[in-house]
Amino acid sequence: MGPLVINEIISANTNLLIAFLIGIGFGFVLESSGFSSSRKLAGVFYGYDTVVLKVFFTAAITAMIGLLFMSLFGWIDLDLIYINPTYVPSAIAGGAIMGAGFIFGGFCPGTSFCSAAIGKIDAIVFIGGLFIGILIFAEGYSLWEGFYKAGFKGIPKLSESLGLTDGLLAFGVIIAAIGMFYVGEWAEKKFPREEY
Amino acid sequence: MKNNVDRSKKYLNPYLGGILLGLVLLAANYMSGRGLGASGALKSTIISSVNAIAPDHAENSAYYNEYNSTHPEPLKTWLVFQMLGLIVGGFLSGAIAGRLKFKVEHSPKITSKRRLIFALIGGVLFGFGSQLGRGCTSGSALSGMAVMSLGGFITMAAIFGTAFMLAYFLRKNWI
Repeated sequence: MGPLVINEIISANTNLLIAFLIGIGFGFVLESSGFSSSRKLAGVFYGYDTVVLKVFFTAAITAMIGLLFMSLFGWIDLDLIYINPTYVPSAIAGGAIMGAGFIFGGFCPGTSFCSAAIGKIDAIVFIGGLFIGILIFAEGYSLWEGFYKAGFKGIPKLSESLGLTDGLLAFGVIIAAIGMFYVGEWAEKKFPREEY
Repeated sequence: MKNNVDRSKKYLNPYLGGILLGLVLLAANYMSGRGLGASGALKSTIISSVNAIAPDHAENSAYYNEYNSTHPEPLKTWLVFQMLGLIVGGFLSGAIAGRLKFKVEHSPKITSKRRLIFALIGGVLFGFGSQLGRGCTSGSALSGMAVMSLGGFITMAAIFGTAFMLAYFLRKNWI
């Protein structure tokens, strides 16, 4: 029963090998989907290319449904998987700063490495910026440590916060995603670009 | 137009790409009990470098101390190996599709220099934000959403919401 490493079915070192293999799949899919192009990525914010929206939400609902079914079949113990903790102020502020970084730079960290791997110089410069940004956070940590650790809510699931079952929330997310896919398809026809 | 059609054929159908990415994320949860990520590996690299270059500084600074106390070997972590794989996977896909090329990709309306300056600014912002938000688009938003983390949904909404709000002011860079 999964997660394999936590249930000691595989060793910690095998886990690192698996991380490497998972990474290959991750990078391969990102690049094949066009995530190595900043102009394709930024397209979602102008409507001419909504590949980000489609890939991102299809992936999220695929994994979400997969986890629910695997749990139902007794293949994975969901209590043992890592769930991101929730700190409300820093999640909002950090997300907003990342959003600004996305529209300025056209990448997020994962896609920038994927893009650098095929030779995009703008991606390599973006990565240089990432290192500078993380270093600034680390060096000035005492200035924002209080804010960083404020508003801790534990590790709640959205379903618990809304008083829904996991299955009902997943259903809602799927409906929302399908709605967004329609908007995305409409936007690509409404704001087409011949070449970019 | 022909060019665009040729290009779009070479990329994977986005819904198929999404399902495959979802399966990769599912496999990570099943085998390793965790989601995907990116910025965490960069953080490990920086901490490891500071540990090596300025060990006294790392010892006296709260941020490095907190990390080092729980991660004895910053470079021998899951995300570092996953990111090495990501580079290999991206390269393989680019090689198969014939997309390996050194270039600065930018809108014809702007210069390469302008593109690179904005890429640098964007990188600094994203790097900083990823630390404040405890993970980036992969680790916090995508992986967080898959496990229904409240924080993951909040970060996802904040990233995309802010980018949409600022898109108008930066349109010259992209369209």
